[in-house]
Amino acid sequence: MINSRFFNRSELIGFIALAAILFVILPLSLDVFRLNLVAKYLTYAFVAIGLVLCWGYGGILSLGQGVFFGLGGYCMAMFLKLEASSVENTKIQSTPGIPDFMDWNQITALPLFWQPFHSLTFTIAAIILVPSLFALIIGTAMFKRRVGGTYFAIITQAVAAILTILIVGQQGYTGGINGMTDLRTLKGWDIRPDHAKVILYFVEVVLLFACIGIAQFIRLTKLGRILVAMREQEDRVRFSGYSVANFKIFAFCMAAVFAAIGGAMFALNVGFMSPSFVGIVPSIEMVIYTAVGGRMSIFGAVWGSLLVNFAKTGLSESFPQLWLFGLGALFIAVVLAFPNGLSGIWADYVQPRIDRLLASRKSKPKDGWNSVADGAPAE
Amino acid sequence: MLIGHQPKPFLLAVEGLTVSFDGFKAVNNLSFYVEENEIRVIIGPNGAGKTTVLDLICGKTKATSGSIQFRGKELTKLKENQIVQTGVGRKFQTPSVFEDLTVFENLEISYPRGRTVFGSLAFQRDAAVKERVEEVAEMIFLKDRLDTYADQLSHGQKQWLEIGMLLIQDPELLMLDEPVAGMSVSERAKTAELLNRIIKDRSVLVIEHDMKFVEDIAHKVTVLHQGQILSEGTMEKVKNDPKVIEVYLGH
Repeated sequence: MINSRFFNRSELIGFIALAAILFVILPLSLDVFRLNLVAKYLTYAFVAIGLVLCWGYGGILSLGQGVFFGLGGYCMAMFLKLEASSVENTKIQSTPGIPDFMDWNQITALPLFWQPFHSLTFTIAAIILVPSLFALIIGTAMFKRRVGGTYFAIITQAVAAILTILIVGQQGYTGGINGMTDLRTLKGWDIRPDHAKVILYFVEVVLLFACIGIAQFIRLTKLGRILVAMREQEDRVRFSGYSVANFKIFAFCMAAVFAAIGGAMFALNVGFMSPSFVGIVPSIEMVIYTAVGGRMSIFGAVWGSLLVNFAKTGLSESFPQLWLFGLGALFIAVVLAFPNGLSGIWADYVQPRIDRLLASRKSKPKDGWNSVADGAPAE
Repeated sequence: MLIGHQPKPFLLAVEGLTVSFDGFKAVNNLSFYVEENEIRVIIGPNGAGKTTVLDLICGKTKATSGSIQFRGKELTKLKENQIVQTGVGRKFQTPSVFEDLTVFENLEISYPRGRTVFGSLAFQRDAAVKERVEEVAEMIFLKDRLDTYADQLSHGQKQWLEIGMLLIQDPELLMLDEPVAGMSVSERAKTAELLNRIIKDRSVLVIEHDMKFVEDIAHKVTVLHQGQILSEGTMEKVKNDPKVIEVYLGH
């Protein structure tokens, strides 16, 4: 197929439907509490979109996306925490002007690596650059040595575990297991009241669509096709003159950046960041959102994140112990029965019916002519 | 090793090439030279190290010792993709095409432009690309199947597609590993015709078992046995070599 348009017909329908739901229907029908919950779920959609590129297209399964989600989230949280820790707000501490958890841990001066997070510009740059640099280092170390497949997945798991341990262990610098809480303002603008939550929700959805656009752009370039090619026949790509490692590093870095944007939006929308969003379990959950939505579908990734999280909230309230088993079972069921997830079910079962319905309605007035045209390219 | 020493500027000079897998020498002190526009066929019994030789030249396997020079450039130090960029193309024994992509996209990926990450992001499917893809598709008998996904192709068509993917790279040295294996009689004839057309203006290194096919195309034949050269020369000479008859052709 020669793709000359940005979206084909069914993608355009998917785009319009998602835009309508996220921009209009949900904000109009949900109260602020629920809308904020959706905002929280959508932060995982960023990660899932990244995984579509990296895992679905490139075949690189990363079970450590929580690392990048966390790096983005912590960068944002550090800025917000510093703003919340003004001398005025923290005058009861033994060292005023530093975050409260530092004071509790007998730290008396703001550590050097915290200093630049006074600047919002630096913070935004860091949200993008820190995770991509980290992904670049991991990616270069692994892919240049041709480490791939399950080995790579296990190593990303290890990285997720290491980062969690590091954050928890260095609580004077990171807030430890509790994370960074009590985030209040962004450049003096209070992020806690309802109207702020609504604005943040819309900011997030706009960013989400920007990421969808970027992912779709990458998918349609030759790079997107090389990712697919690489997933199937790595050697053939190599012997067509491409450095497979560089393409893998790129896909992994893109996924890391998307995850980090999600993490930063999480810190803003939810108002705190903690190591429980960094480790192994959240990282695997992120892969499950992508698998459920359909790992080859950018829109599917968004749906997967929303639906699994709604189910999680609903079910974990009623059956807290069973939820994790349920999630595991869901993952196995999807992988075994529907490897292309919800988007695959849509494309295989729903779309053909819609097409048939439309075709039958169309072909009636102009009978014959259309059906010949429809039948011709089938091969 | 002085390049200037060689009497003739060979396209490919393999000297003292050895590779050992856990002590087993799959290729043992092998030397041979391929000239410009030469069609060289490598034959030999199973396990003689034929495919390993191609693996070594294209960088898939790293040599234990020895040198491979292509136009005076040492290939053993280069990575696979760099070897491709110096002008060496390789076709594998089993057809390796991208089944989730169309014939057009398969050929387009092999088109030698935009091979870096950012180059491939900026790559445009312009008239030059389309023209070249169509030209090659016509050559490999797949012109009317450009929009077909490669997994829908027959075994023979996949082989042709892979040959086409090499052609579009326009390599100076083309290496083919059993190009007609598993093909029907008519596909075989068509492939011979295809190969005869594409071997003009380039050197070709072919591994093949089909002796009829070898006789048709070979300028020179190298017989490998246990990682070493048993005999080398014209088909006529090799065919009458008693050593070759004993280990290979006699069967």
